[in-house]
Amino acid sequence: MLRFTVGALAVLGLIAALPLAVHNEYWFFAGYVVLQYIVLATAWNILGGYAGYVNFGTGAFFAVGAYTAVALYKAFALPLGLQILAGAAASGLLGFGVGMLTLRLRGIFFSIATIAVAIVLETVVLNWQYVGGAKGLPILRPAETPFFGNYTVWLFFVMALIALVAVGSARYVETSWIGRGLRAIRDNEGAAECSGVPTLKLKLGAATLSGALMGAAGAPYAQYLSFIEPTSSFSLNHAVNALAMPIIGGMGHWIGPVIGAVLLGTLQQVVTVTVSSEVNVLVVGVMLVVFVVAAPEGILGLVKRWKKASSK
Amino acid sequence: MEKSLLEIKSVSKQFGGFAALSGVSIDVAGGERFGLIGPNGSGKTTLINCISGVLDNDGGSIVFDGEELSGLPAYQRTRRGIARSFQIPRPFASMSVLENLVVPLEYVVHRGSLHLADTEAEAMEILRGIGLADKARTQSNQLSQVELRKLELARAMAARPRLLISDEAMAGLSANEVSEVLEILFKLNASGITIIMIEHIMQAVMKFSQRIVCLDAGRIICEGAPGTIVANTDVQKAYLGA
Repeated sequence: MLRFTVGALAVLGLIAALPLAVHNEYWFFAGYVVLQYIVLATAWNILGGYAGYVNFGTGAFFAVGAYTAVALYKAFALPLGLQILAGAAASGLLGFGVGMLTLRLRGIFFSIATIAVAIVLETVVLNWQYVGGAKGLPILRPAETPFFGNYTVWLFFVMALIALVAVGSARYVETSWIGRGLRAIRDNEGAAECSGVPTLKLKLGAATLSGALMGAAGAPYAQYLSFIEPTSSFSLNHAVNALAMPIIGGMGHWIGPVIGAVLLGTLQQVVTVTVSSEVNVLVVGVMLVVFVVAAPEGILGLVKRWKKASSK
Repeated sequence: MEKSLLEIKSVSKQFGGFAALSGVSIDVAGGERFGLIGPNGSGKTTLINCISGVLDNDGGSIVFDGEELSGLPAYQRTRRGIARSFQIPRPFASMSVLENLVVPLEYVVHRGSLHLADTEAEAMEILRGIGLADKARTQSNQLSQVELRKLELARAMAARPRLLISDEAMAGLSANEVSEVLEILFKLNASGITIIMIEHIMQAVMKFSQRIVCLDAGRIICEGAPGTIVANTDVQKAYLGA
């Protein structure tokens, strides 16, 4: 734990010092998206990877965080930190609520419900004029911040902080008895319950934490774009990426989603700049198919296999 | 005989129009070796699913150590001292043999209060007792059939039960392996654990059980000592094919 904390603080220090070495704002603008995907992929993996319950509604949890922040910013001009906390709370509650309704059932019911929730909530937001409805809402963000100067650099740092909290939470869950309980649920829910694991409580906890982290990732979204509208906020791309990144990186370990998000997120940014943003989905799709067929345990599985083979 | 540890009173369970259990009443005394037999579809597994909380009984009551269990989820029943093995082994396949035991130890016995290393040491003790210590670090999906059966029992034991329900723990095993599992069950019973054995291998049930109940079509058709069961014509007709 101490080693992880020291490592995390070192990473955060390095990120805080980046503006001294990197002066082009674009790198922070692109890096923000990669960090955002680290949070989404890590959050997805807590329920999908550890417990085996697949969430197809990442976009809904992300957008609830984003729109909660926007509504509170518009109504009370809340500072970013409080917007993030409120976004996380709202999406966490959503995770708990959807879980309460569907996690008593086993199998794909939760997955179906998350798709339904995304559609219902998008329809609500499309008709919610206070936050811009279908035509969206421009956000006036401060041009400068005290320590970081440029606001994009500040948002990059904030997202890095959220990413560290997400990865730290996932690591704690994975290595604790909670993580072993979730893995037992994924392997065999009936046997887990008969081994004393309170399966529903654990699944609800995981759904709440996962939802909260997704909401936290979504909260600064409007500030980042200076604009918010429902189509991109609820985009299916969030769900596909959040699912593909842990699968590509490896779902069994907290570092897997981080590897997947850095790899896929960076590749998407390169493709966006050099080819077209429309090709992004194709990139994700192709990589997902390749990994599911050739390396179902992701990059971590490949490394493990390679280590095993070289030790023989 | 000791006082009842488990009292099953007029338990019934329907699946649609099919009555899997109809008014089944059984008392199991503390420390007893109890056999539950019956032909396929007679309701044995349904009954233990109702006891362990995998299924809710539609009627009647199940009382364990004076406490009504009906309505309690399975994990609460395990925490109260009822553990079971499964007819078809259900290991936590992504985990090692040792980790399989760590789960019930953490969730039932220590509730996360003990360090992992200490919990693992405790799990190793159980594995030694059951003869699986050398497989502790093996992935559980790499085990042989008899090892899987032993793992099922070891994992149930890790929940520190007062009542162990062994659901066809010997199915598909060779004669030597059956003796091996039987020996483990005798040893567990000698340590004070009440055991309900569901089994199709008659020799094993007769050798192990002090008392047997035979179910047929969801009803009890005979109850008594092994000798009584073997001599009963209804049992012979329903189960032994006479």
